[in-house]
Amino acid sequence: MMSDLLASRSQMAMSLGFHIVFAALGIAMPALMAMAEWRWLKTGNEDYLELAKRWSKGTAILFAVGAVSGTVLSFELGLLWPSFMERAGPVIGPLFGLEGFAFFTEAIFLGIYLYGWSRIPPRAHFLAGLIVAASGTASAMFVVTVNAWMNAPTGFDIIDGRVTNVRPLVPFLHPFAFHETLHMLLAAFAATGFLVAGIHAFLLLRYPSNRLHKPALIMALIVGGVPAILQPVSGDLIARAVADHQPAKLAAMEALFVTEAGADFVLFGLPDVARQTVDYAVVIPRGLSLLLHGHPHAVVPGLDRIPRLDWPPVAVTHIAFQVMVACGIIMAGVTIWASWRWWNNQLGEDRWLLRMLVATAPLGFIAIEAGWVVTEVGRQPWIIQGLLRTSQAVTPMPGLWIPMVTFSALYLLLAGVVVWAIWRHIAATMVLAPDQEVRREAT
Amino acid sequence: MPSYELIVAAALVGALTFYLLFGGADFGAGIWTLFAMGRQGQPQRALIDQAIGPIWEANHVWLIIAVVILFTAFPPAFSVISIRLHIPLTVMLIGIVLRGTAFAIRTHDIASRPDGFTGAPPIWHRIFAWSSLITPTMLGIVLGAIASGRASGPTDTIRQTFVEPWLGRFPIAVGVLATALVAYLAAVYLIMESSDPELRRLFRRRAVMSGIFVIVLAAIALFLTHDGAPEIYRGLVGTALGRATMVATALMHLAALWALMTARDLLARFLAGGGAVAILWGWALSQYPYLVEPSVTIYDAAPHSTLDILLASLVLGSILLLPFLYYLYNLFKGDVLSHRHG
Repeated sequence: MMSDLLASRSQMAMSLGFHIVFAALGIAMPALMAMAEWRWLKTGNEDYLELAKRWSKGTAILFAVGAVSGTVLSFELGLLWPSFMERAGPVIGPLFGLEGFAFFTEAIFLGIYLYGWSRIPPRAHFLAGLIVAASGTASAMFVVTVNAWMNAPTGFDIIDGRVTNVRPLVPFLHPFAFHETLHMLLAAFAATGFLVAGIHAFLLLRYPSNRLHKPALIMALIVGGVPAILQPVSGDLIARAVADHQPAKLAAMEALFVTEAGADFVLFGLPDVARQTVDYAVVIPRGLSLLLHGHPHAVVPGLDRIPRLDWPPVAVTHIAFQVMVACGIIMAGVTIWASWRWWNNQLGEDRWLLRMLVATAPLGFIAIEAGWVVTEVGRQPWIIQGLLRTSQAVTPMPGLWIPMVTFSALYLLLAGVVVWAIWRHIAATMVLAPDQEVRREAT
Repeated sequence: MPSYELIVAAALVGALTFYLLFGGADFGAGIWTLFAMGRQGQPQRALIDQAIGPIWEANHVWLIIAVVILFTAFPPAFSVISIRLHIPLTVMLIGIVLRGTAFAIRTHDIASRPDGFTGAPPIWHRIFAWSSLITPTMLGIVLGAIASGRASGPTDTIRQTFVEPWLGRFPIAVGVLATALVAYLAAVYLIMESSDPELRRLFRRRAVMSGIFVIVLAAIALFLTHDGAPEIYRGLVGTALGRATMVATALMHLAALWALMTARDLLARFLAGGGAVAILWGWALSQYPYLVEPSVTIYDAAPHSTLDILLASLVLGSILLLPFLYYLYNLFKGDVLSHRHG
C-alpha cells in the first residue's frame, strides 16, 4: 500500500487540482456574464441578456462546487499538514483571513446576482456581477500569495529552530506574489475564455444561423484571448523570479543537470535522472541564459549545485512545464488567427478556425493543472522552501490512503456530474432557437 | 481591558454563533427534505429551495472564517483538533461537499422550476437530505470531543489516538443535539418563509416537536457531562454563572415553545435563535479558558503581531461585510419578515 506521505500528497494534489478549475471559472465567468450584461445595457439588444442569463445558470453549479471544494482545502491544510499550519498559521493566517472576507463578499453578491434578476434594477444587477468578479479575483490574489510565500518564505526569523519575530504584513508585499498572481489570473481568464469559446464554436458549427453564438464567441475570445497573448510576458517575469529564489525548481523545469555558462533552452524531451540526460529534446542553443538574464553566456545554476536530497522530481516538473508552455503557445497562436479573422469580419465563417477553437477548448485548464504541478512538485521536497520538508509536515494519522481514495472517488464522481449538468444546459440551447425561447417566455 | 487572546477567542465563538444561526439552519432545512420526497414533497422542497437558495453560500462562509481564526490565532489547538479528530472532520467535509453540490445540481438543473420540480435525477434529493443530516452531526461530535477532554487522551495505539477522542457517549450526544438543534431552527424559520397556511401549520408542528426533542437531548447531554466532560460539568453545574446560564437557556427554550404554540412566529424565531445561542455560549463559557480540554488554552496563541493584524482584518472585514449581508437578507427575506401571516 502507498506510504502515508504519498497518500497525503496525492489527496492534496487532487483536492487542489479539482478546486482550481472551479476557482478559475469562478473568477472569469462573472466577468464574461458582466460583459454580456453591459452590452445589453448599452445596446438594448435582448440577445445579450439571454446570453448572460444562460451563462449564469450553468455558473451557479460551478460556483457551488468551487465553494465546497475550497472549504475542504481549508480543513485539509490541518488534516494533512498539521505541522505546516502550526508554523505557517501565524505568518500567513491573515492572508487567509482576508481571503475569507473576499470569499464572503463573493458569496453574498453571487446570491444577489443569481436570484436577483427581477428584484433589483438592471444597473444594480450588473454591479453585483462586477463585485463577484472583483472579489473572486481578490480571493485568488490572497491564496496565490500564500503559495508565493511557501516558495520563498518571508516575514519571520528562525531562532533556535522556532519561528519568532513574526511580521505578518510582510507576506502581503511578497516579491513573488505579483508575478504569481498575475500569472494565475491571466491563466484563469484565458482558460475560461477558451473553454466558453470552444463551446460556442461547436454550437456555431452545428447551428450557423443561431444569433446567440457569434456574439458569445467574440466575447469569450476577448476574455480568453487578451490574457493568452499577455501570458508569455508574465511567464517570462515569473521564470526570472523562480531563477532568483528557487534555482532547484528552475533547473528541474528545464532539466538542467549541470551548471552552465550559456545554458540551452530545452524544449520537450524526457529527462533521465539516472543518466542526467534529456532524450528526444529540441534544444535552442544558449536560449535559457538569454531568456533569463538577457545574455547568451550568463551562468544558470544546474541541479549539480543542489544537494541530491533536495532535488525536486525532475521528470514530472520538466514535463509539466513543457505541457504548460506548449498549451500557452498554441492558445496565443489561435488567438492571433482568430483576431485576424475577426479583423476580416470572417470569424463565424472560418470553419477550420471554429474546429480549432473546439479542439483547443480544454487547453487552458490543462495548462493551469500543469502549471500548478510545476509550482508544487517543483518545490519538493519542501513544503516551505528551505525551511520545512513535506515529509516532516505530514500528519501522524495512519491509513491515509483511505481518505485519499474516498476523496478521489468523490471528486471523480462530482466531475462527471458537473460535466453532465453543464452538458444539459448546452443541450437545451441546441434544442431551442433563441427566438422560440424568447417567445415562449413572453407568453 | 480583556486580553487579545480573549477578544480573538470571542470572535471565534462569534463566527460559530453566526454559523449555527444561519449556516446551521440551512443544513436543518436540508434535513427536512428527508420528509419531503416524491411528488407530495414538491411544495415543501420548493419552500426549502426558495428559503436557502440565495443565501446558503454566504451563510457557509462563517465556518471558513471560524477555521481561519482558529489556525491563524491558535495554531496548537488547530493542530491537535486536526490530528485527533481527523475522521469525523473528514466525514463532515464529505457531507459539506455533497450537500452543496446536490443542492446546486437539483436547483440549477436546466429543467428545474421554482415549484420544486427538478429535471435532475431524484437521487439528488436524497443526497442533499442525508448530507445535510450527517454534516451537523459530525460537527457536533467534533465540538463534543473538544469539550470532553478526550482529544487530549493517551496516544499509545492507533485506536486511542484517532478513534477514542470522538467515539464516546458524550461527543455522540452532542452530535445528535447539534443535528436536532439545526433542524429545529430551520423548522422555526420556515414557518414564516411560507405563505401557504398548510405548510405553515406543518412546519409549526415540526418546530414544536423538534423543539421538545432539543430540550430532551440537551438534558441528556448535560447529564452525560458528569462523566463525559468533567470540566464542562464543573463549569455549568459548579459555578453560579454556569447555573444562571442553564436556567436562562431553559427559560428561553420554553418561551420559544410557548411562542410557537401561540403562533407568535416572529417572536419564536428570535427565542429559538436565542436558545440555540445560549447552548453554544454555555459550552464556550464553561470551557473557558480551554480551547481543547484540558490541554490547550486560548493563551497558547500566535504572537501579538499576528493577533493585531487578524483583529484589524476582522474588524475591517466586518465593517465592509455587514452592510452587504444586510442588503442580501433584506433583498430576499425583507418581505417575509415585514408582513405577518395570519
